[in-house]
Amino acid sequence: MPAMPDTVEITVNGKLVVAPRGASVAAAVAIAGETCFRRSVSGEPRAPLCGMGVCFECRVTIDGAAQSRSCQIECREGMRVCT
Amino acid sequence: MPRGNAGVHVKRADIVMVGAGPAGMAAAVRASESGRSVTILDDNPAEGGQIWRGAKRSPPNGQAAKWFRKFQGCRAERIAGANIVAGDAGSRTLLVEGSGDSFEIQFESLILATGARELFLPFPGWTLPNVTGVGGLQALVKSGLPVEGKRVVVAGSGPLLLAVAAYLRQHGALVEAIAEQADWNRLLRFGVRLLGYPSKLWQAAALAPSAYLAGAWVTAAEGKTKLERIQLRHGSKERTIDCDYLAVAYGFWPNVELPSYLGCQLREKAVKVDELQRTTVPHIYCAGEVAGLGGVDRALVEGQIAGYAAAGQDNQAKALFVAREKTHAFAHAMQETFTLRPEVQALAEPHTIVCRCEDVTFERLRSADSWRAGKLHTRCGMGPCQGRICGPAAQHLFGWRVESIRLPVFPARIGSLISKTTSSEKGVLL
Repeated sequence: MPAMPDTVEITVNGKLVVAPRGASVAAAVAIAGETCFRRSVSGEPRAPLCGMGVCFECRVTIDGAAQSRSCQIECREGMRVCT
Repeated sequence: MPRGNAGVHVKRADIVMVGAGPAGMAAAVRASESGRSVTILDDNPAEGGQIWRGAKRSPPNGQAAKWFRKFQGCRAERIAGANIVAGDAGSRTLLVEGSGDSFEIQFESLILATGARELFLPFPGWTLPNVTGVGGLQALVKSGLPVEGKRVVVAGSGPLLLAVAAYLRQHGALVEAIAEQADWNRLLRFGVRLLGYPSKLWQAAALAPSAYLAGAWVTAAEGKTKLERIQLRHGSKERTIDCDYLAVAYGFWPNVELPSYLGCQLREKAVKVDELQRTTVPHIYCAGEVAGLGGVDRALVEGQIAGYAAAGQDNQAKALFVAREKTHAFAHAMQETFTLRPEVQALAEPHTIVCRCEDVTFERLRSADSWRAGKLHTRCGMGPCQGRICGPAAQHLFGWRVESIRLPVFPARIGSLISKTTSSEKGVLL
């Protein structure tokens, strides 16, 4: 069996990102250079605060599923992420 | 699998744990030694909780390695990515939303080891991107966020500040300052060494002595679309520090939502337990941070006691009481040392956001006279985090008691809730 590559490729807002295997979607969004993960109800840019799935500031759309907590979900090959 | 009242698959286990951090792992290990069936549910992708996040592959120390090994070797069934959305102490069931579908799990005994989250105190600019928690930034780096060459300020309070600063530096970050709100008098009175600041940690942090500031706190974060600089108060002086990240938190807050929802009484901020870690609700135990803040040693010993007690092995549980006593003494000293000064609880300005989900400002919230009134008038605490961030903040800012946990305990997919309302408990959502 061929060895698993130690990176995964996903897209963030259409841009290809190479992330370490096991990395969270939140990490990949940051690697893509995005600092705004979502807009708050009054339009402010927001990004992860707690890093552990509690604050819901890291919400993005993953493969069409809106409101996904990017800090709690690992990158999978071919994932499409939109902030 | 059989189907239950709620129209979802039903599982059962003699002993169910919620939370696979050190306390839950230790409880699972000890409970499964008795031969009882054990299932452990966790909302993270892997066991280890927050302190041992990502540590399964490379444990940070011998203690972690030992417990990962024991946990791997025990017969407990593990379910990761599981959120508890509802439950009933009387019928001893939990409704669980897994990464795939939802299921109901029935138990004889339940051990809640839901841990703690960081305590955030609002200040101007704290909602800017790249302002994170202290453990929060560490968790993000553990899951792949690169910080090499980034300028970081670590601030707030507690032993975690130095540990995280050392960790960030090992990952290539430039730690510009560590701002601890407690002053040197307090830090030295209880002994900095005693409080988990061994010399090797100071060495790892490789700080110039001037970079560790006691009696210092961040008064504002500034930047256009993300963090660019912070304002720091140190004694009577104000300083500006340019930085890429600010990691700031004021210690921890126990995750009591699920135990409260199941009817467990609290003592101060944590769940009230007796010497066998039993809560006030029959068959429900709590261990670790949720039963009182105290770090990994306390979590491990309490988890073991709860695991033994839930399996009916009271003698083995009692043999650990002395060890637990020592961890409680440590916890007490830590709380005394890092008591929050009034200034850090009064940093919010009129336009500072308190509730980040609903963008409720300090000014709007201040006119309410209770948490409940604040929720009704401003929607504070009614967004997806359900008050987990702003509730503890409001308690510090206004002295309000945060109460009333409602279904769902955690935001749930609508399918999980529809199946719940078709059960015999119809109406519980209303």
